[in-house]
Amino acid sequence: MRHISLVAIGLVLGLTAAYADGPKEPEPQNWSWTGVFGHFDQVQLQRGYQVYKEVCGVCHSMHLLAFRNLGDPGGPGFSEAQVKAIAATALVPDLDDKGEPTTRPGTPADHFPSPFANEKAARAANGGSLPPDLSVIIKAREGGADYVHALILGFSDAPADMKGKMMPGMNYNPYFLNGQIAMPAPLTTDGQVTYADGQPPATKAQMAKDVVAFLSWAAEPKMQERKTMGIKVIAFLFVLSLVLYAAYKQLWRDVDH
Amino acid sequence: MHGEYRYEPKNGFMKWLDSRLPIVRLLDESVLQYPTPKNLNYWFTFGGILTFMLAVQIVTGIVLAMHYVPHETQAFNSVEHIMRDVNYGWLLRYAHSNGASMFFIAVYVHIFRGLYYGSYKAPREVLWILGVIIYLLMMATGFLGYTLPWGQMSFWGATVITNFFSAIPVVGTDITQWLWGSFAVDNSTLQRFFSLHYLLPFVIAGVVVLHIWALHVPGNNNPLGIDVKGPQDTVPFHPYYTVKDGFALAVFVLFFAAFVFFLPNALGHTDNYIPANRLVTPTHIVPEWYYLPFYAILRSVPSKLLGVILLFGAILVWAFIPWLDTSYVRSARFRPIFRQLFWVFGIVCIGLGWCGAQTPDYVIIDLGPNMSAINVAVDHATKAGKTPEEIAAVQKSAQASERVTFAVVDLSRILTIAYFAFFFLALPALGRLETPLPLPESISKAVLGARGGAVSGGTPLAQRG
Amino acid sequence: MAHSTDDASVTRRDFIYVASATMAAVGATAAVWPLIDQMNPSADTLALKEIEVDLASLVPGQQITVEWQKKPVFVRRRTPDEIKEAQEAPLDEMKDPQADGARVQKPEWLIVLATCTHLGCIPSKDMKGDYGGWLCPCHGSQYDTSGRIRKGPAPFNLGVPPYKFLSDTKIQIG
Repeated sequence: MRHISLVAIGLVLGLTAAYADGPKEPEPQNWSWTGVFGHFDQVQLQRGYQVYKEVCGVCHSMHLLAFRNLGDPGGPGFSEAQVKAIAATALVPDLDDKGEPTTRPGTPADHFPSPFANEKAARAANGGSLPPDLSVIIKAREGGADYVHALILGFSDAPADMKGKMMPGMNYNPYFLNGQIAMPAPLTTDGQVTYADGQPPATKAQMAKDVVAFLSWAAEPKMQERKTMGIKVIAFLFVLSLVLYAAYKQLWRDVDH
Repeated sequence: MHGEYRYEPKNGFMKWLDSRLPIVRLLDESVLQYPTPKNLNYWFTFGGILTFMLAVQIVTGIVLAMHYVPHETQAFNSVEHIMRDVNYGWLLRYAHSNGASMFFIAVYVHIFRGLYYGSYKAPREVLWILGVIIYLLMMATGFLGYTLPWGQMSFWGATVITNFFSAIPVVGTDITQWLWGSFAVDNSTLQRFFSLHYLLPFVIAGVVVLHIWALHVPGNNNPLGIDVKGPQDTVPFHPYYTVKDGFALAVFVLFFAAFVFFLPNALGHTDNYIPANRLVTPTHIVPEWYYLPFYAILRSVPSKLLGVILLFGAILVWAFIPWLDTSYVRSARFRPIFRQLFWVFGIVCIGLGWCGAQTPDYVIIDLGPNMSAINVAVDHATKAGKTPEEIAAVQKSAQASERVTFAVVDLSRILTIAYFAFFFLALPALGRLETPLPLPESISKAVLGARGGAVSGGTPLAQRG
Repeated sequence: MAHSTDDASVTRRDFIYVASATMAAVGATAAVWPLIDQMNPSADTLALKEIEVDLASLVPGQQITVEWQKKPVFVRRRTPDEIKEAQEAPLDEMKDPQADGARVQKPEWLIVLATCTHLGCIPSKDMKGDYGGWLCPCHGSQYDTSGRIRKGPAPFNLGVPPYKFLSDTKIQIG
């Protein structure tokens, strides 16, 4: 839900580059999947998956996603063979014959393995902070895709009024509550990920858009099916309403009411 | 109110069945041929819509329960399993969560219809009180259901609401721990909430049966608020109102579908997509929108016990309307002052809802510096022997932070007073002070007056050519 | 009475009622389908419709039990003696006659459902019985080295699931 007045206030505050009045409102973007006829760009989702795997996945789990989802309709649309290959490059936890924990290559049925064995290990590796699971992050944050996009690209040096207040190990980001976030800027340079031939250049802006698209799909893999069905259902109900109204009028014609 | 129509079983089997279990008779006389005032407007279609929504919630709920796991380690993931892996799971889940909102939209329209047209007045007091009971059961069911996904809002909303009971003197803490089954909201709480969430809708269904029975004794009210005088004032429920309600239902379901398919999370809260964490409180604990007015009333007073009393009082007061309202005229159509106050009351309720969604200290209007507080700060600094520059700095800082404000909590107080004033001042007074408009003689006469045509009632389907 | 009785308006009147009733019925049917389909196996269950089994680690005479579609499956690497016995066993002695060649794709590898066809117990591999295969501990059914029922109350041979060789050392069951 967008509060227009807050956006206006946020823009004004943004111009003054001070954190004093709270987090900055994320700038609205044009996403391909919003609106009644919105749809994901399959190739963009594939690039976004690549960014997740090579950049975000180092610290962030996505345990609600299974490799087979990468081939599901309405998503990145990898082929069965590609899905198998992607799964096989991942190492998923398993037990060996002695019952000791080990890893084995993944299969399409496996879920994305977590970069850390458990929460404690994750916190220990990240200065006490837990990188949140990204499976539904787009739905779990006010501002959704706009917010996550602004956050990823929003890192900068702390402004004057925050310099003395930065806690050790924290990074300044005006879009984050309190302005201080444990995560360092995930995208630091263009070309951090190498896209395949024929793809747009992997600038920071492009990578941010692509990974946000992928995360949006990951949070709602059924979005396409939902909207397509929705159009049919609403059209049907609209016609049904007209037909029932006609029947009602016809029926009540002879009644004084 | 059965009029002249009586069910006649047509063949041998139907006679046999009718003499053993007159269920077809019940259906025919209470639903199909049931004489209904012919002047009902669309505000009267919401009872049927509510019955449909109860069925939708029960059916979607039962199928969701085939996949949901009511254990704190699995609850959140099982809901995502439904959204991602179960065939049409996403549709069933969104239908159920948005269905709850639709259910409450319909019940608020239904309640306010009753208030406007005096449907609570004699002889329909028990019908009305059964409605209050249904509403309370709905609130309980909705609260229990919202905890089940075990998101941050689920957990912390449950914590806040169950903590109400700790306000009870002497036994409060024991009762709260008994509710929790633990020292805080815990897995034991989730599991029992699931059991009760499955149970209560069937209790609601039972009370709905009583509610419809209590309606059928005197018969339906109508927009004029005057009694039915004879068959010329009514039409058989089928097909006249089955078709009309069907049309209204189709439009309502269209509105429902718009949310399910295109705005499925608009009425929810993003924090509930964060798995519950008992060590992190959300910045802003908010209940679902349909509880917001009562949440505002709860937070309008600093005392926890008084807040809880006011909250439950704000719901229970509805049960007393038949006796608080002293007017002999039912319908607001003929009560010009009551009608104005009705709309004011409606705005008060919406205002309370808005207040419930804000933080209580959110400033609506800044009225200027709080001179007395500033003077106190300056005095304090002077007595502590600070330098003139330091005292000036204290004064400047105090001028920024010590403000006289009109905040959400202040507005909540005013609106809460207005809310109760409607029930305890306006309703009793209006009966004595208001001059109602003249009532028409009968429903048919009122229609005649508007049309100038021949009186005509609808023909029962059985007799149509 | 204002009822119109000429044919045209009777037809028109009935048409609208038939149309609404039909549309409502169509809508109701469409709405019921998801309620029924949600009980079908979900996507994560269907993902395990096929499994791959690596054969490289098995030596002749060794057997493993894998889970396929929630059912146990024996994967056995047969010794030359077991293969000979399976191929030469007389069919007229069997309750459910079936040549070994009809039950295996490569003689060295026997893949059968580990469910006794009597009442569903898992036959034991440690108790071999008289026919060198499996003995079911529940009611004493005995299977040979091809998984065929030779003695005891079970009516049918151990079932053979659909499988294919992806390579010499890997099969896909299902």
